Amino acid sequence: MHISLPGRSASDRRRIRSSLEVVPFLLPGALLFVIFVFWPMVQGIRVAFYNWNIMPGAEQQFVGLDNFRRALTDPVVRTAFFNTFFYTVVTVPGQMILGMAVALALNSAIRGKVAWRALYYLPVLTSWVVASFIFKYLFGGSGAPVNYIFSDLLHLLPENVNWLQNRWTAQVPITLLGIWKGIGWNMVMFLAGLQSIPKEMYEAAAIDGANRWQTFARITLPLLRPVLLFVLVMLTIGGFGVGISVQLLTNGGPMNQTQVLVTYMYDQGFKYFDFGYGAAIAVLLSLILLGLSLVQFKFVRGKVEV
Amino acid sequence: MKLSLPSRLLLQLLLAAGAFVMVTPFLYMLSTALTEYAYTLPYPPKLFPESPTFVNFIEAWTSNRFARYALNSLLVSGSTVAAVVVLCSLTAYGFARFDFPGKEIIFRFLLFSMMVPSVATMIPTFLVMRDLRLVDSLHGLVMLYTSGNIAYYTFMLRGFFESLPAELEEAILVDGGNRWTIYRHVALPLSKPALSTVAIMSFLGAWDEYWWALSLIKNETLRTLPIAIRLFQGMHATNYSLVFAASIIAMLPPVLFFVFGQKYFVQGLTSGSVKG
Repeated sequence: MHISLPGRSASDRRRIRSSLEVVPFLLPGALLFVIFVFWPMVQGIRVAFYNWNIMPGAEQQFVGLDNFRRALTDPVVRTAFFNTFFYTVVTVPGQMILGMAVALALNSAIRGKVAWRALYYLPVLTSWVVASFIFKYLFGGSGAPVNYIFSDLLHLLPENVNWLQNRWTAQVPITLLGIWKGIGWNMVMFLAGLQSIPKEMYEAAAIDGANRWQTFARITLPLLRPVLLFVLVMLTIGGFGVGISVQLLTNGGPMNQTQVLVTYMYDQGFKYFDFGYGAAIAVLLSLILLGLSLVQFKFVRGKVEV
Repeated sequence: MKLSLPSRLLLQLLLAAGAFVMVTPFLYMLSTALTEYAYTLPYPPKLFPESPTFVNFIEAWTSNRFARYALNSLLVSGSTVAAVVVLCSLTAYGFARFDFPGKEIIFRFLLFSMMVPSVATMIPTFLVMRDLRLVDSLHGLVMLYTSGNIAYYTFMLRGFFESLPAELEEAILVDGGNRWTIYRHVALPLSKPALSTVAIMSFLGAWDEYWWALSLIKNETLRTLPIAIRLFQGMHATNYSLVFAASIIAMLPPVLFFVFGQKYFVQGLTSGSVKG
């Protein structure tokens, strides 16, 4: 009792001093974060409630939920949402399965691991702009490599296809690009996860007579769960953020049929200067993503502990 | 697990087949860039050029201010790296070694902000940048790229700093040193691998950034490479030889970084998930 008072006040003083000492460490980063990340987020929500006039200093007209109402009834938003969803549903499992396959192959103590890893990683290093133009070239009109190989050479397609000029055929280069560009990243993540699994686990399974599939399903997958969750969340965010490839491959056409949420938002903002409407689409996109991330975290974390 | 010889061979074959599919698009790009353009691309398209030539690379580099755009990209990416390394290491050290009210709540908020993709704030970011008179400026881009990286690299470096032995730092405190000396003379030197990772990753992020460079830079002389290549393609619609030559030049820094710093890549990618 007699030592508690002075001891406490001294530690209090140290706490306060420590709190003040941290200020110069945090201040520069905090300032930039607040101005260029946090403030735009807040502004984005605000702008979505206005019929925003882009002239500087102009009077802004508050329109309540009009922009959101418009977005929810806009057939192009529906198309864009569907296309975005389709892209995510196809490319996320596609990348994860293929990336896992490569990671498992490389993890079985095979020769030339570093070289293989580099080759599979090359598309990740390519910028979206360059990758999009490569695919635009590969899938371009008649005589382009894909048409040449699959139609003229192998006759798997009855005739040359105008891949980029039709809503459904355009999904082929767009999703293939997404998968191709993502396999390497998945591979690196899964490889790191696989290497963190203790060898004894596999030895024990082998002694118990487990076959390869059982070992994979009962040991590898459960132990990879944290990595799988992280990858799933990151890829879902990335999938819903698809846009550069779509803008460069089809620019949303023909007639808005290949729009995704990001390209349609970009067009509303920077083509038609309808900032309020564009911001409303962006808010909806963010809400979808936050919801999905929370669901994914809950769903997988709930099972991971035991 | 040990594999038998036949299954090892099969595995190598499968890996080779997969790698061929992965690399084929690049072979087409390279072949096209090495082929002289004669108003039409060769049919059938060739995986290997018949008479390779470097004229496209020379033309791409010398035309349309391409060298200037490369310099812009280099300036923006270089400054971003410097700013990110300094700011994120400071912030991360603050979170790792100090105790202050609301610490974990603020940190959670940082993590939370990463769930909103940066493209979703393109429109309000444009407005904020305009109000701050930072539209059409390279330093404006640097500030955006730096700020957009703070959450992720703070998260990454905090984990790294916390893994450093605290005893060493306490010994210095006892000897009369303060937190600054520790940060500069202990934490930073010990974190070189982690900081290299941050440097490489943030360089590549800035080097390839598309949406903000597209929406914020209107002045032709201030463009960065991704936007320049896009406009290049617009100008030379079917001349893929030229577009791909320019693209390959733009790909060189990332590829070189990867070749010489592969281990930092792997560390950088996985430290957020596997250890954290």
